[in-house]
Amino acid sequence: MLAENYTQEIEAILAKYPSDQKRSAVMPLLFLAQREYGTLTNEAITEVGELIGLQTTEVASLVGFYSLYHDRPGGKYRIQVCTDLPCALKGAQAFADELCEKLDIEMGETTPDGQVTIEQVMCLAACDRAPLFQLQGPNGFRYHEDQSIGSAMALIESLRVRGQVDRAHRLTAS
Amino acid sequence: MSVTLTIDGTEVTVPEGTLLVDAAKRRGTDVPVFCYHPKMKPVGMCRVCLVEIGRPARDRATGESLLDESGDPLIQFGPNLETACTITVGQGWQVRVSSEKAIQGRKEIVEYLLTSHPLDCPICDKGGECPLQDLTMGHGSGESRFLFDDKIRLAKRYPLGELIFLDRERCIQCARCTRFQDEIVGDPVIGFYERGRRLEIVTYSDPGFDSYFSGNTTDICPVGALTTADFRFGARPWELNSAASICPHCPVGCNLTLSTRREASNAGRDVVKRVMPRQNEQVNEIWICDKGRFVHHYARSPERLTSPRVRKNGKLVKASWNEALTRAAEGLKGAASSAVGIASGRLMNEDLFNLKELMAALGGRAILVDSMAGGNLIQRYGVGVGSNLGSLGKRDAVLVIAADLHEEAPIWWLRLKQAAERGTTLIVANARATRLDDYAKHRVRYGPGEAVQAALGLLHLNGGDPELARFEGDRALKSAARAIKRARNVTIFFGQEGLNYAGTEALARACALITESKGRVGKSNNGLVAVWPRANTQGAWDMGLRPEPAGLHRALAGAVAAYIVAADPVGDDPAAAAPFEKLSTLIVQDLFLTATAELADVVLPAQAFVERAGTFTSGERRVQRLYPAVGALAGSLPDWKIVANLAHRLEVDLEDKAAPLVFERIAAAVPDYLGLSYDDLAAVEPQWPEVGGADLYFGGTAYANKQGLGVQLAPRGAGRPLKWKAPPRASAGKDLLLTPVTVLYDRGSALRHSRLLEGRIAPLQLILHPDEIERLGLSEAGEVEISWDGRSERLKFAASTDVPPGSALVPRGAGLALSDPTPVTVRRSNS
Amino acid sequence: MTEHIVLRHRDIERIDQLEVYLENGGFRAFESIVRKKSPEQVIDIVKKSGLRGRGGAGFPTGVKWSFLTPDVYPRYVVANADESEPGTFKDREIMERNPFQFLEGVAICAYAAQAEVAYIYCRAEFWDLTLELDRKIEQLKEGGLLGKKLFGSDFSLEMYTHLGAGAYICGEETALLESLEGKLGQPRLRPPFPAAEGLYGKPTVVNNVETLTNLPLIIDRGVDWYRKIGTEKSTGTKVFSVSGNIELPGNYELPLGTTFRELIFEHAGGIPNGHAIKAILPAGASAPILPASDEVLDTKMDYESVPEVGSSLGSASIIVIDETVDIAWVESKITDFFEHESCGKCTPCRDGTYWMKHIFERIMDDTAQAHEIDLLHTVGIGIQGKCLCALGDFAALAVTTAVERFRPDFDLHVQGKSSKAA
Ligand SMILES: Cc1cc2nc3c(=O)[nH]c(=O)nc-3n(C[C@H](O)[C@H](O)[C@H](O)COP(=O)(O)O)c2cc1C
Ligand code: SF4
Ligand code: FES
Repeated sequence: MLAENYTQEIEAILAKYPSDQKRSAVMPLLFLAQREYGTLTNEAITEVGELIGLQTTEVASLVGFYSLYHDRPGGKYRIQVCTDLPCALKGAQAFADELCEKLDIEMGETTPDGQVTIEQVMCLAACDRAPLFQLQGPNGFRYHEDQSIGSAMALIESLRVRGQVDRAHRLTAS
Repeated sequence: MSVTLTIDGTEVTVPEGTLLVDAAKRRGTDVPVFCYHPKMKPVGMCRVCLVEIGRPARDRATGESLLDESGDPLIQFGPNLETACTITVGQGWQVRVSSEKAIQGRKEIVEYLLTSHPLDCPICDKGGECPLQDLTMGHGSGESRFLFDDKIRLAKRYPLGELIFLDRERCIQCARCTRFQDEIVGDPVIGFYERGRRLEIVTYSDPGFDSYFSGNTTDICPVGALTTADFRFGARPWELNSAASICPHCPVGCNLTLSTRREASNAGRDVVKRVMPRQNEQVNEIWICDKGRFVHHYARSPERLTSPRVRKNGKLVKASWNEALTRAAEGLKGAASSAVGIASGRLMNEDLFNLKELMAALGGRAILVDSMAGGNLIQRYGVGVGSNLGSLGKRDAVLVIAADLHEEAPIWWLRLKQAAERGTTLIVANARATRLDDYAKHRVRYGPGEAVQAALGLLHLNGGDPELARFEGDRALKSAARAIKRARNVTIFFGQEGLNYAGTEALARACALITESKGRVGKSNNGLVAVWPRANTQGAWDMGLRPEPAGLHRALAGAVAAYIVAADPVGDDPAAAAPFEKLSTLIVQDLFLTATAELADVVLPAQAFVERAGTFTSGERRVQRLYPAVGALAGSLPDWKIVANLAHRLEVDLEDKAAPLVFERIAAAVPDYLGLSYDDLAAVEPQWPEVGGADLYFGGTAYANKQGLGVQLAPRGAGRPLKWKAPPRASAGKDLLLTPVTVLYDRGSALRHSRLLEGRIAPLQLILHPDEIERLGLSEAGEVEISWDGRSERLKFAASTDVPPGSALVPRGAGLALSDPTPVTVRRSNS
Repeated sequence: MTEHIVLRHRDIERIDQLEVYLENGGFRAFESIVRKKSPEQVIDIVKKSGLRGRGGAGFPTGVKWSFLTPDVYPRYVVANADESEPGTFKDREIMERNPFQFLEGVAICAYAAQAEVAYIYCRAEFWDLTLELDRKIEQLKEGGLLGKKLFGSDFSLEMYTHLGAGAYICGEETALLESLEGKLGQPRLRPPFPAAEGLYGKPTVVNNVETLTNLPLIIDRGVDWYRKIGTEKSTGTKVFSVSGNIELPGNYELPLGTTFRELIFEHAGGIPNGHAIKAILPAGASAPILPASDEVLDTKMDYESVPEVGSSLGSASIIVIDETVDIAWVESKITDFFEHESCGKCTPCRDGTYWMKHIFERIMDDTAQAHEIDLLHTVGIGIQGKCLCALGDFAALAVTTAVERFRPDFDLHVQGKSSKAA
């Protein structure tokens, strides 16, 4: 239960907004729920709604709109490669394709061990450092810029081998 | 303040602040719209209402109008088309709706919309009354430049719950439905999921699309994306005939249109295919609740009575009308003044009038089973002519006491919610939280069963009798009283929650006196409204029926014969059967073989409202007409006619030929109805927004009202002085006050027999406060035993923090035979 | 250009540390206005400085502030740190490397607007950066530079960060406000503009990160100093994000009015591999594409000159495209972007981008018919000027101008002779 496990975090989030505008807290609370549950299941969405007095449908609607909330299961980590125009001009598409090939999965799929999902995303505001991706894990996002297939695979290996979520995340921080 | 502008060259003058689409509409020009709906805030999403707007040019420095060579104001047109639905008119504007540029712009929008829309018009429920179809004819290009292969394929039969279905391909993302649920109803249980072209309507509520108003979204959906479970693929709109009616399920009196069609399944006779709102801006605007929309199926139930029955050798057997009526007449004749007539407010005025006349002629009594007082006070203190919840504003106040309007009269709830959002001071007084609380400026809480005390407290603070000081109340009550004092107009809705008959009597008086304290009795938007349990309880009072304050058993005490019409006292409480069994003649007139009918000597089959002409008098005392929509079920007769036929056998002269003729007698005999005629009730006048007609899309497929807006009766005024009554004393000593609360979806015969809403009927369970559950040592699942007056029952229970301390709640009409609040002992059920 | 205004971390090491920032005059401007100047005076200074919004529209900042509905409180300031325009990566560098100057800018704006709460709306990808900003805000509170009754005045100020969750449209200011209110990030109708009814219906200023980061130095060094930089109507510097086929991609802070040629060839090292430059997207994906003619290359990058050659400066994210690249492919990527990011609220953008995307699929497959290129153009033209927000126009403009200006690249596909790149 979020309300019990994250009492302080929730209080801190709610404190940011006027007391009659609790709805504003929905986005940070969804990130919190995603950290706790990995996937935003209907129960998780309902729980977030209850914290701020929103209907499940209202919260689910936001989950559907914003691309960084996930209500369908995926890997523990998501490698989100930017293949938008500026990066594509620097060969990002080839990089992404090769990465998929190395992992033996299609774009959007998850490795069989359930650790890593590969996704294409739009511009990440780091176009001068292509090829690059961000790693979405339980504790947020981290950029990995100026990547090569070698460096990307090394990171992925470290994530898979350990399976110890937070530790690996910290170890690979740039 | 008004503004004058020209639209396609013609001058129009409209009030300042009018939206351009509305101004065009008033001039007779249809600017097409999809997302705009006159009942909702403009959002400008669909962009189909594009027009060219030219505004008088001004000198930047001086602010003065610039003139052209001929001395006229210089008009400047912007480079872009603009949305007529989002822009309020300006003085001196020149608007072009029909210019080539504007038409071209709209054509492009329609073409974009059609890129996602399937071309399944031939099988679409909206086909024939679809704005997109009409617009494509009027505005679309002849051929599609969009490759059909590129169209999205999506679910075509996606249930948003068991009542409403979504065709995902047809949705044009106008958000009318989601905005209706959010903005108008405050139930945001459907929403958009995803974004861009992937936007789709979803619901996550349980049950799906959990709102009492969900059906309205199918009316305002401008395409065939949302359809009702019972109508989808049921008929093509052009095959339908329509008849005007009035919803028979609550005192609001929503105006309905019944769409009918001849069907083989009904031996080639008419069947009601759907129920839709009929516009009456003073009553229901263009909305109805789901009960009114879906419950009508009971009229086609195979369990309807199709022939009279009489008891022979202890058994009820089919009989001819002649035999049944003769037998009934004999029974009544023998009883004479020891006969009682018992009826409910489910009946129409014509029925009630005839019944009352018959009983009067016999010297017997006509009793109303709807055990709530105040009908006589409504005749004096009811709301003034012209009262309209839709016109309430900042200077007005409304008090709702001892009622849960969301459950008891959903459209009143909706309109009061909207009034509150417009600034009307809403005061909600109840022993527990109800859904209107969310919109109330003042929430007054009183102890279980203590509505009268609260009302007397409000009365005291509004200049009532000094003796009332003991009811003064807490801070919330005082500030509510001040709000009443400050408001210019005050309307009071009172109900019966937590009260017995004597309690409602005292409450009605207290409320009447509060309205009197304002000195504006008889003015519009002032006065009393009773939240009656039935659609025509007020009509029953007006026709002269009265409840028996001491209860039915008292009324039956010395009776020899009883004539029960549209009531089922034994079904309501099986323990109440005894006095009926003792009668020498029991006559029951109903649609179904009710529990009371099973005890009867004579059973007379009546007609359902869809088959009938007649009138109802609403809670706001508007007399409104119902028209027959389908032929009567063979073997049944309208209630007034059965009563008249029976009367003839007793040599009592009652009108038996036609409903309007009965009404003529009412209009001659009942003071408040003097001179009224069916023609008056059928009168209409133009309403805004204009719905129907060639441009159905403007308000969705709501029906224009061509069959009558009804007539609101004027209250007679204060008259002889009224004295307040002390609250009846509550009996003490027991541990919990068990309060029946009205729920919309109860186990009443209409709902039980209509199937569609079955899954939503409130379960029979005792609702307890969690603290109480703990105190009683109850486990999470299981049952409790309640006992009162030497009776006991075992029930499931549920927890809710809304239950006031010292009480327990139970849904009324869910199966527990208790209609008055009653002290009960609750304990854990052994086993 | 010797000295940076916004990218001052390039001149002053460790300016992301509070003590270093303070040593270099940090918060002097904020303290001085709170102590000595009325909000109107501050607005006046900013108006006179000629500072224009760096988020894309180039609207004069001081003028925007002066539109706040008088006498309605509370008011809010929102820093737009949603930076999602393809090719734009300047706000990230500013907030990462020169964070205190940005926060001081927010504070100055808040004082001018008399807002006591400011939100910084960051795209969620800036997760670590946002956590760091939270720590910096904490430091400012501890140092008495934020909080109640600042510098003994009656003015109090709180700042909070707020994360988006992956939606480009939330950079549009009214969609951003909706998102901040916990709703779908879909643009609002305007009017009312945020200055009249913004966050929670209250008067609100929304400004871009770079815009705000200019403020401390404008206040500290004065209008005359600032106006000497840039052009008459486009004053000051601009951070140009350069990406694509370029030797030295990155951010360059240069005076407004610098030419494309100077930026691309003198500062950013020119085109790699000896290729020639073919086209320029001067405002990421959101503006007409320019052929890299001499006339264009010699155009000054400012808010007036770029429109004269048929495009706009926008957020000045310069995507450079060399001769090897197929412009049809470029536009198909851009269309994918907008189709993906269209919020779906209005018809022409939602359905028009979808339609264009499908035409592009056939073009890139070489299965399109010749007339489909004209259709593509027509669809794009039909979108323009009809949408609820500017995204729809952005989506259409890049495509229609490309068809007009680079038609041969499109024609190759229908003739089955594509020269696909990348
Ligand atoms: C589709 C769209 C996306 C936008 N994205 C951004 C953005 O990421 N960052 C930004 O600062 N402004 C963005 N803008 C501009 C904002 O709407 C707004 O003009 C700006 O934040 C105002 O700040 P300024 O006056 O300081 O430029 C965007 C506008 C549109 C129409
Ligand atoms: S133009 Fe596009 S992004 Fe803007 S409101 Fe319309 S659909 Fe949404
Ligand atoms: S935009 Fe005007 S009706 Fe939809």
